[in-house]
Amino acid sequence: MAIERLAIIASKGTLDWAYPPLIIASTAASLGLETAIFFTFYGLNIIHKKKMKQLKVAPVGNPGMPMAFPPSIKKIPGPGQVAGLMEWIFPGPPQLMGVIPGMTDFMTGMMKKMMKDHGVATVEELIELCKEAEVKLIPCQMTMELFGYKYEDLIDGLEPPGGAATLINYVMDADKPMLLFI
Amino acid sequence: MASVTADKSLDTSGLNCPLPVLKTKKALEDLQSGQVLEVISTDPGSKADIPAFCQRTGHELVETVEEGGKYIFYIKKK
Repeated sequence: MAIERLAIIASKGTLDWAYPPLIIASTAASLGLETAIFFTFYGLNIIHKKKMKQLKVAPVGNPGMPMAFPPSIKKIPGPGQVAGLMEWIFPGPPQLMGVIPGMTDFMTGMMKKMMKDHGVATVEELIELCKEAEVKLIPCQMTMELFGYKYEDLIDGLEPPGGAATLINYVMDADKPMLLFI
Repeated sequence: MASVTADKSLDTSGLNCPLPVLKTKKALEDLQSGQVLEVISTDPGSKADIPAFCQRTGHELVETVEEGGKYIFYIKKK
């Protein structure tokens, strides 16, 4: 049978950016694809024993956050309307509101609560599900050295650290390769 | 009501993407080929995702029932 492979480059270290690689990888593995996640730059924090518990939603400089301006604010959003709530919290340019002290923690707590209410798994749970589904979790050697992370600072069950060539070779070894950058 | 009888049932009510699919995959591992798994979900996304999972993995989606905000899938293991 033809080997189908998906590799995902996880390069962001915030809570909201930690989810897409983990969700897509665990699902791809469940659908029968050989799957790997290559954790590089801040993405390494997702598999860092301590830092994975402190991932936050950054209101400042977050390109994924909705840009709302006063005219669009009409009513308080109902429960579960995350995007609506974000707009409600940030009625003006979010970059300005985001610098208010404590805003990052507030947003993070809000996001975590919403996720819990919606039955969305935690980052730790998704990593366990990835491992169970035999997703290869590869830490980037170069960024580990750059950030001063030792292999034992990272969670258990990882592949040996690798570099760009390891990643590209893994992908192109398949009959049907796919590579995502997140 | 569904016209198929299930050999095993999996309730994923309250769980969201990707958990219904991941749990379905795991539950199917305990079944023999030809046996039927019933999957109950409240995630509207599963309406598209469970059929996609079946198409990809080759398990047969025998029937889908939608009732009272729940989606119930009957999947025959390949």
